[in-house]
Amino acid sequence: MHLLPNYDAMFGALADATRRDIVRRAIAGAEGVAEMASHYPMSFAAVQKHVAILERAGLVTKQRIGRRKVVQTNLQALLVARRLLDEYEELWRGRIARMTDLIDETSEPSPPKET
Amino acid sequence: MTVTTVDKSASALSMTVVADFAASPERVWQLWADPRQLERWWGPPTYPATVTSHDLRPGGRVEYHMTGPSGDQPRGYWEVDEVQPPHRLTFRDGFLKDDGTVNSDLPTTVALVTIEDRGNGQTRMSIESHFPSTDAMEQLLAMGMQEGMRQAVGQIDAILAEDLAAKV
Repeated sequence: MHLLPNYDAMFGALADATRRDIVRRAIAGAEGVAEMASHYPMSFAAVQKHVAILERAGLVTKQRIGRRKVVQTNLQALLVARRLLDEYEELWRGRIARMTDLIDETSEPSPPKET
Repeated sequence: MTVTTVDKSASALSMTVVADFAASPERVWQLWADPRQLERWWGPPTYPATVTSHDLRPGGRVEYHMTGPSGDQPRGYWEVDEVQPPHRLTFRDGFLKDDGTVNSDLPTTVALVTIEDRGNGQTRMSIESHFPSTDAMEQLLAMGMQEGMRQAVGQIDAILAEDLAAKV
């Protein structure tokens, strides 16, 4: 049912704030690594390294557009991260529904309201 | 439905669930503090939990196992950090091997529970979960499947589309 991404690489890559920002910028798919690098107070090489980590994790790809190469976010991979959180949400929704049942079961019947 | 908000951050690997109950903070606290009540809600119906040890004090430990449909018994534990009845509980939520030692192959989730009186017999509980890594998420995927309530991909696509619309 699921794609089989490398979760370790994916969430490891997303654990860094700069890389999360790169993923956000690359949604537009308009900038190459050099343009990306201009947004951060670090060397081109450092940004290139971050992009490479994201690439290995399958979170971004480099797309050739004419003579340029742009960094583009892989939305499918982001969806997988999202889906994992959604399933965790369902787990907790289930737990809270059971908590509510327990409380309802043990609560005293409400006294009749005087009108 | 008592869940009021769910706030998820895929990039920060965290989730906060907020729920309101028509009960006192003390009553809501009992859901956590009484092992017999805890085992009635912690595991999904297909994996009911049995709490085998429950020491809800700073530095204390809670241990449990869940029993699956085929008799499998995954074991878990909490390492309790903060306890302020009936308002605050923080713990690390991890897994144990069959021999009862900590399964360090599966990472722990950090949970922060706050319970506040909202007046008029209403109590608000919020549970903030932080996933330190990826393995935690992978494991949660398995738990989600046990729960048997997977959301349609189309729905997630819609949520993501909203996210992207807000960010671009």
